[in-house]
Amino acid sequence: MNDLPSLHLWLIPLLPCLGFLLNGLLGRRMPKKLISAIALLCTALPLAQVAWIASRFHSLSVPYIERFATPWIAAGAFRASFDLVFDQLTLVMLLVVTGVGFLIHVYSVGYMAEEEGYWRFFAYLNLFMFFMLTLVLAENFLLMFVGWEGVGLASYLLIGFYFKRKSAADAGKKAFIVNRIGDFGFLLAMFLMISHFGSLSFSNIFAAIAQHPEIHGGFVTAIALLLLLGAVGKSAQIPLYVWLPDAMEGPTPVSALIHAATMVTAGVYMIVRAHILFEHSPFALGVVAIIGTATAILAATIAVVQNDIKRVLAYSTVSQLGYMFLACGAAAFSAAIFHLVTHAFFKGLLFLAAGSVIHALGGEQDMRRMGGLRKAVPVTFWTMTAAVFAISGLPPFSGFFSKDAILYQSYLSPTAGHALWLVGLITAAITAFYMFRLWYMTFFGQSRAHALEEAGSEHAIGTHAVETHGAAQTLAPAHAAHAPHESPWIMLVPLILLGVLSVAGGWIGIPQALGGHDQFARFLDPALSGRRHSFEELSIQMNVEGPAAAAAASAMQPSVPPTPNPSQERLFSLLSVIAALSGWFFADLFYRRKPGLAGRWVENARGIYSLLVHKYWIDELYSAVIVKPTLWSSRYLLRSAVDRGIIDGGGQLAAGSARGLGALVQRVQSGNIRSYAGWLAIGAAAMLLLAHFGFVLH
Amino acid sequence: MTVPLAYYLVLSAVLFSIGVATFLIRRNIITVFLAIELMLNAVNLAFVTFAHQWRMVNGQIFVFFVMVVAAAEAAVGLAIIITIFRARNTLNIDQVDLMKL
Repeated sequence: MNDLPSLHLWLIPLLPCLGFLLNGLLGRRMPKKLISAIALLCTALPLAQVAWIASRFHSLSVPYIERFATPWIAAGAFRASFDLVFDQLTLVMLLVVTGVGFLIHVYSVGYMAEEEGYWRFFAYLNLFMFFMLTLVLAENFLLMFVGWEGVGLASYLLIGFYFKRKSAADAGKKAFIVNRIGDFGFLLAMFLMISHFGSLSFSNIFAAIAQHPEIHGGFVTAIALLLLLGAVGKSAQIPLYVWLPDAMEGPTPVSALIHAATMVTAGVYMIVRAHILFEHSPFALGVVAIIGTATAILAATIAVVQNDIKRVLAYSTVSQLGYMFLACGAAAFSAAIFHLVTHAFFKGLLFLAAGSVIHALGGEQDMRRMGGLRKAVPVTFWTMTAAVFAISGLPPFSGFFSKDAILYQSYLSPTAGHALWLVGLITAAITAFYMFRLWYMTFFGQSRAHALEEAGSEHAIGTHAVETHGAAQTLAPAHAAHAPHESPWIMLVPLILLGVLSVAGGWIGIPQALGGHDQFARFLDPALSGRRHSFEELSIQMNVEGPAAAAAASAMQPSVPPTPNPSQERLFSLLSVIAALSGWFFADLFYRRKPGLAGRWVENARGIYSLLVHKYWIDELYSAVIVKPTLWSSRYLLRSAVDRGIIDGGGQLAAGSARGLGALVQRVQSGNIRSYAGWLAIGAAAMLLLAHFGFVLH
Repeated sequence: MTVPLAYYLVLSAVLFSIGVATFLIRRNIITVFLAIELMLNAVNLAFVTFAHQWRMVNGQIFVFFVMVVAAAEAAVGLAIIITIFRARNTLNIDQVDLMKL
C-alpha cells in the first residue's frame, strides 16, 4: 500500500450494487420518488468520489493498486484477487462512466416516469453501473471478466426490458448469444495467459513482458487475437456487430448509456489496457486496424438508408467504435480513449435527444414521419445540433479533435497506413452525410406525421416495431391529436450538460499543430507506458517478425514511418473538415433544397440501395450459414439422434432392465411366511457352504 | 469324566435343524413360534458350550441377551397371534399372506 490514505476504491462499484439490491428487492413496494432517489444517490456518490480523487490526482503515486488481503481464488500457484487499480486510464474511464451514467440516470427519471416496471429499470441500471465500474477498476483479467460478463447480463436484461414484445426479447437473446462468442475468445486468452505467465494480474503480465522485450509474435499474437475476439463481440465490430442495431429495442436511455456511451466501449478499453500485449504483436494490431476500418465504413453506409432514428444512431455507434478500433490498431491508444470520451458525450447526447424527440411525438421513431420539429422542441434541437456537429467532426466541436487525431495517427502508424486512413476519411464524409440527413429529416421542413400512409409501404423495410413508449400504448397509431411538446426539465438538463461537453469536451486534447498542448495524450502517456516511442519500435519489430506480419500489413505499409510534422497535420485537419463539409453539403442538397432528388437517385441505383437497406444481407447470411444449420442440427441430430436416441435411450434401457429384473424377482415375494423362511434357510445354508469352502473370505 | 465339546455342538445343531424343519413344515402359528424358540435355545446351547470351553464370560452374557430378547419376542409374538386369531379366525400361517405384490 502506498503511504497515502486509502482511496477506498471498493466503494465506487459497491454503491451502485447497494442501489441495485435496494431497488431490486424492495422496489416493487416503494414509491417512484424513493426509487429514483436511491438510484440517483447510488450513482451520484461514486461520481463525487471519483471527482474527489481526481481533484487530488497530482498528489497520488500512480498506478495506485488497492490490495485485499484475502485472495479470491487460490489454486496451486495461481492466484486471483479482488485488487483494484487506479491510474490515468482508469480515472478517465471512471469519469466518463460515472459522469455520463449519472446524467443518463437523471434523464431516465423523466423518460421512464410513465412506464411499468420503473423499479426494475433503475435496479438494472444500477446493476449495470456496478459491473461497468468493476470492469474499469479491475486489476486482473479475471475480475475484469466478471465485470465484462456482468455488463452483458445487464445489457440483456435492459434490451429485453419490454419483454412482453417478442422482438425485444429476441433482441436481448441475440445480444447475449453473440456476446458469448466473443467471451469464448476472452476465456481462451485468459487460459493462454495463465499457462504462459501463471497469472492474470495486469502488473505481473506486463512486467513479465517488459522483462523480455524480445518476445513477440507466437503466443502473444494468439493471446492478442483472442482478446480481440472478445473485444469485437462486446464492441460490436465485424463480424459480431449484428446484435447492436437490434439492441435498440431497449428503452432509449439504455441505448444511450449501454449501447453508445459505456458498455460497447469496454472492448476498446480492454485493448488499451492490454496494449502491451498488442504492441508486441504487430500482426494483431494490423488485424485490429483492418477490422475497425471495415466496420466503420460498412456501418456508416448502412446508416445512410436507415429510417428509424435509433437505428441510424446504432449504426453510427458501430461505425464510431470502428474508428476507435482503427486507433487501437494504429497503436494510437490515447487517440482511441480520446475518441471514446468525446463519443460518450456526443453519442450519449444524440440518443438522449432522440429519446426526447420520440417522447415529444408520443413514441414515433420513424424519421419519415418527423420533420419540422425545430420550433416545437427548441432545447432538444439545439443540443442535438451540437452533437451532430460534433460527430460530423466540424471544428471546434469535440468530435473534430478526436477523429482528427485518429485519422492522422493512423496515417503515420506502420500498422495502419495510408489505405486505412483514406477509408477513414471517406467514412468521415459519410458520417457527416447521414447525421445531417437525420438532422434535416427530424427538425426541418414540414411535419410529415401522415406522409407515410400516402407514400405507401414501398420503403417500409428496415423499420421495426415502434417502441411502446408510454403514450404510444394508449394513443392510436395516428397521433394526430397529440401536438409535439418539449420534454420536462429533468430530461433537458442532462441534454444541456452533455451539449456543453459535446462542444467543449474536445478542447482537452487540442493538438500542438492547432495551437493546443495535446494535454489529453500527455496526461494518458504514463498509463500507456510511453507510447510515443512505439511507432519506431513497431517498425523494427515488423522487420524482424518475418513474412506473415509483413504480408498482412505490407499493402498499406510505408517503408519508412513518417515523422509527425505540424504543417502536414494541419493539412490533414483541413482534409477531414472538407470531408465533413461535403457530407453536410450533400445532405443539405438531398433533404432540404431538393427533396425529390434522393428518390430519383434511389431509382437509378436500385441495386446498391437494396443492398444497403438489407444491411448487406449480413443477418440473412448469418441466418443461413450459422443459425439455421445450428437449429437444424440441434433439432434433428442433437435432439432426435443424441438426446432421444442415446441419452433418453440409455435411460430407458436402464429403466427397462430394472423393470424386467423386478418382474422376475417379484415372484419371490409371495406373502407366504414359510416360503420366506425357506429362502432364508437356503441363503444361510449357502453362506455357510461358501464360508466353509472359502470362496467369500478372501 | 467330561462330555466332549462335539457332543454339545452336535446336540445344538440337531436342535437347530429340528427348529428349522418345524418352521418350514408346520402351518400352525403356535408351532412355528415354538420352532423359533427351539432355534434360539439351540444357539444358546452353542454359546454356553463355547463359553465353558474357552473360559470366557462373553458367551454367557450373550445367552442372557438372547433370553431377554426371546422373552420380549414371546410377549409381542403371542399378542400378535391372538390379534390374528381374533381378526381372521384361523391359525393357519398360509392364510396370513396379505403382504405381497
